[in-house]
Amino acid sequence: MTDMHVDIAIIGAGPAGIAAGIGAKEAGAGDVLVLERDWDLGGILQQCIHPGFGLHTFKEELTGPEYMHRWIRRAHEAGVTFLTNTMVFRMESDGALWVMNPDRGVFRVVPKATVLAMGCRERPLGAINVPGGRPAGIYTAGTAQRFVNIEGYMPGRRAVILGSGDIGLIMARRLVWEGARVEGVFELMPWSGGLRRNIAQCIDDYGIPFYLKHAVTRIHGRDRVEGVTVTEVDERLQPVAGTERFVPCDTLLLAVGLIPENELSRMAGVAIHPVTNGPVMNEFYQTTRPSIFAAGNVVIVYDLADWVSQEGFAAGRNAALYAAGSLRMPERRIEIRGGKNVRLFSPQAITGSSDAVIYFRVARPIEKRCRVFADHGLFEQKHRYVRPGEMNEIRLAGADLRALPETVTTITIDAEEA
Amino acid sequence: MEERVLSMICVGCPVGCDLKVTVRDKELLSVEGNACPRAVQFARTEISSPVRVFATTVRVSGGRLPVCPVRSRGPVPKARLFDISREVARLVVPAPVTIGQVILADACGSGVDIIATRDLEAGKASF
Repeated sequence: MTDMHVDIAIIGAGPAGIAAGIGAKEAGAGDVLVLERDWDLGGILQQCIHPGFGLHTFKEELTGPEYMHRWIRRAHEAGVTFLTNTMVFRMESDGALWVMNPDRGVFRVVPKATVLAMGCRERPLGAINVPGGRPAGIYTAGTAQRFVNIEGYMPGRRAVILGSGDIGLIMARRLVWEGARVEGVFELMPWSGGLRRNIAQCIDDYGIPFYLKHAVTRIHGRDRVEGVTVTEVDERLQPVAGTERFVPCDTLLLAVGLIPENELSRMAGVAIHPVTNGPVMNEFYQTTRPSIFAAGNVVIVYDLADWVSQEGFAAGRNAALYAAGSLRMPERRIEIRGGKNVRLFSPQAITGSSDAVIYFRVARPIEKRCRVFADHGLFEQKHRYVRPGEMNEIRLAGADLRALPETVTTITIDAEEA
Repeated sequence: MEERVLSMICVGCPVGCDLKVTVRDKELLSVEGNACPRAVQFARTEISSPVRVFATTVRVSGGRLPVCPVRSRGPVPKARLFDISREVARLVVPAPVTIGQVILADACGSGVDIIATRDLEAGKASF
């Protein structure tokens, strides 16, 4: 077994990893290697066959496969190397990777810098405690999406969707287009987890019933799902007695949230934030292990692939600069703090030496004019609303940050009524 | 003819503006709540003949995957979506498939082609 030495190793060939490869090459890195466990490049966007990608990057709406086709072509032109059918199963604290594939068996990839781009995974049934049986016919929305769009078969003919994440909404329409019935979408919270336009074009367009403040409280059926009991919930998300009703179905799809996939990051001792479940980072997309960078949904779950690609590109560029010894950053550490209506954000600390973008989600919606801001007068933007399902961004200018007095050690961000 | 106020969500981009659309019969009088001009065009089409881009898969023979993703090149009338879906479901396309390849020309007389949205090599199914 011989080690494979490269400048930059990137784990995952989805939107973050492919853009990271291009960013690294364009910043002058030599060998840039992307490791992908699937046979195909593009990651999860290959099964996102609906339009809605790339409006920011390409100024037109593309489907997931078309969006990735353009990025993959650009990566090949830039000279990025890909290894497919290749599984990374261990990462060391300096970013060295233990890898296997059918051609070379087990080997080690030793890079000067590593970019984590493993994306996220769906929350499964085990994460949400639904009483009743465990018959066939219960899938995460993304699994059903793979069945229909990649493998070419239907998960069932009559579906209930639990949760209102975007993949669930998209799959509701997809199943209807393929001739199935969707009995309803049931969301626990008093607001939707998905984008407004997906409620309009995937749910309302087809007259699919949409219920907020509802839970699935029992799964019926022995071998196959025969139905679910749905129940209203109160302000404390507890079932309201007497509101139970039976909804017949043969399929239950779960669209109840996404979790950054950081099994490898943890092995390498990368600090993981307890709220985002992604690596703790600075504005250079650098984790707490200096040679390990991270980008995209492995860090924080985004709404739009465009932002994932953008972050991937920047992380790849910074990894290349780090590998070349030319990523200059001061010792200073300014902690970012979330205000009252901030549920999660990334990065959690910055050095204050360059421009920085802080992404965050609110805890509760504000359906009126409001302001999104950072204190010390660093940023303020008026919004017509803020919603938990839609990511907000705060842009901090490097010049303003460098001008902050040394006594400033925290920056608080928040969204509140204007 | 009396004026009516409709509420709709613009699907022109991920922002999804809440629109208040005032119409008389099928004539657009005003649009409020939009952040950009795309919403006006959206509202105009929506009140007369709503259209959507349609995306599905088509069966493939001899490809690395059993199906290939396709979409309508442009928007098609919402009322024809299911007709087009049934028509595409009847097709089997031989691999290889090239991105942009016309899979079904002038789908159901809509004047819009259905095109492939990825390259799909010929070969053994890969999962």
